[in-house]
Amino acid sequence: MLARRIIPCLDVRDGRVVKGTNFQGLRDMADPVDMAKFYNESGADELVFYDITASAEGRSLFTDILRRVAGEIFIPLTVGGGIRTLDDFDRVLKCGADKVSVNSGAIADPGIIAAAARKYGDQCVVLSMDVKRVDGQFRLFAKGGREDTGIDAMEWAVKGVEDGAGEIVLNSIDTDGVKQGFDLEMLDALASRVDVPIVASGGAGSMEHFAELFTHRGVDAGLAASIFHTRQVEISALKAYLKKMGVPMRV
Amino acid sequence: MIAIVDYGVGNLFSLSSSLRALGAETEVTRDAGRLRSADKIILPGVGAFGDAREKLDGTGLTPVLREEAARKPLLGICLGMQLLFDRGFEYGEHPGLGLVPGQVVGLREDLEDKTLKVPHMGWNSLEIARDDPLFKYFRDSEYVYYVHSFYARDCGNSTLGVSRYGNIAVTGAVRNGNVWGTQFHPEKSGDAGLRLLRAFAEL
Repeated sequence: MLARRIIPCLDVRDGRVVKGTNFQGLRDMADPVDMAKFYNESGADELVFYDITASAEGRSLFTDILRRVAGEIFIPLTVGGGIRTLDDFDRVLKCGADKVSVNSGAIADPGIIAAAARKYGDQCVVLSMDVKRVDGQFRLFAKGGREDTGIDAMEWAVKGVEDGAGEIVLNSIDTDGVKQGFDLEMLDALASRVDVPIVASGGAGSMEHFAELFTHRGVDAGLAASIFHTRQVEISALKAYLKKMGVPMRV
Repeated sequence: MIAIVDYGVGNLFSLSSSLRALGAETEVTRDAGRLRSADKIILPGVGAFGDAREKLDGTGLTPVLREEAARKPLLGICLGMQLLFDRGFEYGEHPGLGLVPGQVVGLREDLEDKTLKVPHMGWNSLEIARDDPLFKYFRDSEYVYYVHSFYARDCGNSTLGVSRYGNIAVTGAVRNGNVWGTQFHPEKSGDAGLRLLRAFAEL
């Protein structure tokens, strides 16, 4: 039976993990490679690296880090942030990424999903979307959740999957940062429209929130950043707990 | 030396890194002489069956692989494993290398529960069906990482291990003589996958 996945997300700026606090015991508390090793040993099923760098210098630091992580840690790696062209796909895949997550890049150029899926395969292309309720509609937001595109998010997801996106990361702006649980209503709405794996993001505050998430059949994985980085929730303990609750887990 | 066959399909970064991390000497190559002098060969692969077969034939290495498979351990991974079988049915019918009995068919057609997602992507537990030196450091039902939409069927007694997906027992690992195959990616299966690669490197 396929296990549900627990995925920590590491935002990297200028070679450092942002929000990487409280990592006692690591040589360098915000070093992406050390953090990746720590998460690998804790049983993370996959790692997401998000490049939030603006400068060219920061970008090359990011790919150096990616290469180092992929050279030492042998679980699936997803890379996102600043992916706008096929060259960007190429750049991170060559450094050891398995999947590439595209968000604003797909809004700027919707053709990128089909082009990347043709070149690298559906399994490689992840459509990441930031979604917020506006006037009773699930609305797609751009620019890190700051700009309402006016696009219906569910229609956007359906089109993305038709074009070849092999997985969707749904980040609910409404629940993000609130730590009151994942946006189950939004996730269910998405699961009823697409048949590719869905990664839930935004709102995790406790182990119980993950247990609740995985009672929803259409959701394959739960992604979080700060609760793992602050070690408010330990991945090893979380997975043991979920397994006890009857959720299929790799432990 | 373990030769990793480079025929232009898929990303070999993790595979060569993982073998290096185990201390194994590896070489990514499309040179027939290097395959002949290697101790072992790994046939990787991501993509579609027919296209991969064409690309492999294009390198001129197909007859070399057939000959060497009779002499030394060969491991096919993911699509590289699928190519080992008699034939594949992805976008039409294509001949495989015929090194392991069986055929490669779509998961979608055979899945009774149509709500199950294809590709079969993620971590699934590998149930050992037959003990083998490949499992020297591997425990029964450990989780391994899969990404695939087609699977091998009718493999007879070459099946070494399976993973359950709906009604299907997905062929996870096979062996026929010197030829091994894993549908999952050992180079992406964490510590369990590394232990499996270590066992292959030590064969």
